[in-house]
Amino acid sequence: MAAQPAPRRPGTRSKDLERYASLFAKRTRVMRSSAMRDMMEITARPEVISLAGGLPDTSTFPPEAFAAEMDRITRTSLAEALQYGPTEGVDLVREQIAQVMAAEGMDVDPREVTVTTGGQQAIDLITKVLIDPGDVLICDAPTYPGAIPTFCSYEADIRQIECDGDGMRIDLLEETIASLAAEGRKPKFIYSIPTFQNPGGVTLSLERRRRLVELAAEHEILVVEDNPYGLLRFEGDPLPTLHSLDGGNYVVYLGTFSKILSAGLRIGWVVSPRPIREKIVLGKGASDLCTSTLTQDFAGHYFRDGNWREYVDDLAGIYRTRRDTMIAAMSEHFPHGASWNKPTGGLFVWATMPDVLNTEDLLAKALLKGVAFVPGTAAYVDGRGASSMRLNFSGVKEDEIIEGIRRIGAVAREQLQLYETMTNTNEMRLPGRPRGEDESGEGSR
Amino acid sequence: MRVAVLQGGRSLERGVSLRSGARVSETLAGLGHQVDELDLSADLVSRLEANRPDVAFIALHGTEGEDGTIQSLLELLGIPYTGPRVAACQRCMDKVLAKYVLRENGLPTPDWVTYSEAAIRDFGAASTFGRAIERVGLPLVAKPASQGSSLGIKVVTEAERLPDALITALSYDSRALLERWVPGRELSVSVLGDRSLPIVEAIPTASHSFDFEARYEIGGADFICPAELPAERAEEVHRVALAAYSALHCSGFARVDVILADEGPQILEVNAVPGLTDTSLLPQAAEAEGIPFDELVERLLELALEAS
Repeated sequence: MAAQPAPRRPGTRSKDLERYASLFAKRTRVMRSSAMRDMMEITARPEVISLAGGLPDTSTFPPEAFAAEMDRITRTSLAEALQYGPTEGVDLVREQIAQVMAAEGMDVDPREVTVTTGGQQAIDLITKVLIDPGDVLICDAPTYPGAIPTFCSYEADIRQIECDGDGMRIDLLEETIASLAAEGRKPKFIYSIPTFQNPGGVTLSLERRRRLVELAAEHEILVVEDNPYGLLRFEGDPLPTLHSLDGGNYVVYLGTFSKILSAGLRIGWVVSPRPIREKIVLGKGASDLCTSTLTQDFAGHYFRDGNWREYVDDLAGIYRTRRDTMIAAMSEHFPHGASWNKPTGGLFVWATMPDVLNTEDLLAKALLKGVAFVPGTAAYVDGRGASSMRLNFSGVKEDEIIEGIRRIGAVAREQLQLYETMTNTNEMRLPGRPRGEDESGEGSR
Repeated sequence: MRVAVLQGGRSLERGVSLRSGARVSETLAGLGHQVDELDLSADLVSRLEANRPDVAFIALHGTEGEDGTIQSLLELLGIPYTGPRVAACQRCMDKVLAKYVLRENGLPTPDWVTYSEAAIRDFGAASTFGRAIERVGLPLVAKPASQGSSLGIKVVTEAERLPDALITALSYDSRALLERWVPGRELSVSVLGDRSLPIVEAIPTASHSFDFEARYEIGGADFICPAELPAERAEEVHRVALAAYSALHCSGFARVDVILADEGPQILEVNAVPGLTDTSLLPQAAEAEGIPFDELVERLLELALEAS
């Protein structure tokens, strides 16, 4: 006779919470929900235009290409696709990853590649194997908001280096390394998205790339180059990746199919020197044994046999138009004193409002008008970024981009006018005239 | 019973509401009720009419869920609902109105001044800031007139920072109040039916001298229930909280937030639909009284049916 299931307890009690609280690891203390996070729940409502996401547009992926791959799997490799696979990834996928990297000028042996469950797992694994609590890691300021909870959950001491139009300020990086050295400390790694950075949209200049890999070698510090967007270039010539400049000695490279094929397949990768790779594979095995064999089967064949370059070029074309739409809408609707960059690729525009505006406040008001963005503070660990915001253009249709930017502009103007009325400074009263883009590609009003 | 749990909505407290709603729904299902979870959307009325719930459990916080909007609708549809009635909801949601009602009933609440965005923008109200600061003193607390949670609250310690704080408060509502900052212990008294539950005290974890905002932040405080107070002090707080609950004509339940200053308790606000999440204060207080969450939920349903 089957055992009776234990009676279902209705709801948790605060005593349970206390009991559970004593069970949690110390590191969970940094894993907290915030009022801001709660507020963002509204973005799930259908009437809200969300410029807050980082979503690729997957609506243009040809259904027949999808059906053909699934049909092939059904006919030829179903049993394997439904089975566990190697922790380091399926060989065909690793080969194709090497090909994709070759398209960005990198020469990689497929055996150097570890397949991960999305780029996010790659960030998690590299932090897991390198960071002890209290270890210093360096990253861009602003940095990828999704990396911060990962770094925090391993209790890293995060130091952020200011970016300008040419990416991370390497002079400041050198100062930070020197001042750490004076304390007898050394960063475990430098995490950066050098190309079409999330959230800043900026690209690290060639000169700085060279200097960064030199510094890495000189001080024997690892650089973690996260490159999800490199192939989504709208104009200009590609710059060599840090990995290709350094030959993979001190640069650990993170890649993903999320932005060039599908975020839903959850396939990313790490290319790293062998000793690190071995630890990463052990860490990954402990974490999830292997990345989905089914999606690897799909992606491996798609990249081998499909028109992936064409699809990526199509996406870049779509995103370029959306970026232009967004920039034009910002020129029209954002208040005088706001500024933004014009990224030459990727998914995001970073905009900064006049510094009397706080974008968390602005977000509250904007959410009530049905539009969301990521407030700048989400990209910093130290409260900076209070006047800035990250705006996504890749996952939103043109008419919604225009309407979303119009609403944000309207609430920003309202707030500025109110502020000006209160402080009696008249310089912000009138909307500014559109100015041409300056040489650095910055726009402003 | 067939219970519609109304949750989510479009307010800035949607996230908290979804957590309250999820916990309530899970509990109701565990008690054997037939639960229909409803978010606020264009088909809300048609779904309520089609399902004809015996009672609606309102787990909505903030605008529309806590301000009488949904309550009015349910009255029109003839569906019994949990928590205070329409007018009480409106009085509680509007902190300014609530403070007037409290004052009229001789109940203590800190001095305040109200500003609407329109008055500042169109009628030159900014020129009265000096007078406002004189009246309430510094430091003061700027808050939106109608947000249920701690969103948009800033403490102002110097006059020059007032515009910033008002911009913040007015980002969450078209009216803001400037309230005298009262130093003291932060207490919260939940009321269920006609009885007050054990007092919860919030003790800010960050103890920097001027970091007042820390206490308003999630995770910025530890909660102790029942609060350790001398018997007559506790009694006074209970009495004031119950008086505030009746003055605002609350019924079902509510949570009264109080500062216990040297001169006695001062009422800050009354929440008509207090949070019901795993970490919310009202469920903690109920449990300290020996009322586990499932009994609390059952009791709220009974009160809803009695009120209809």
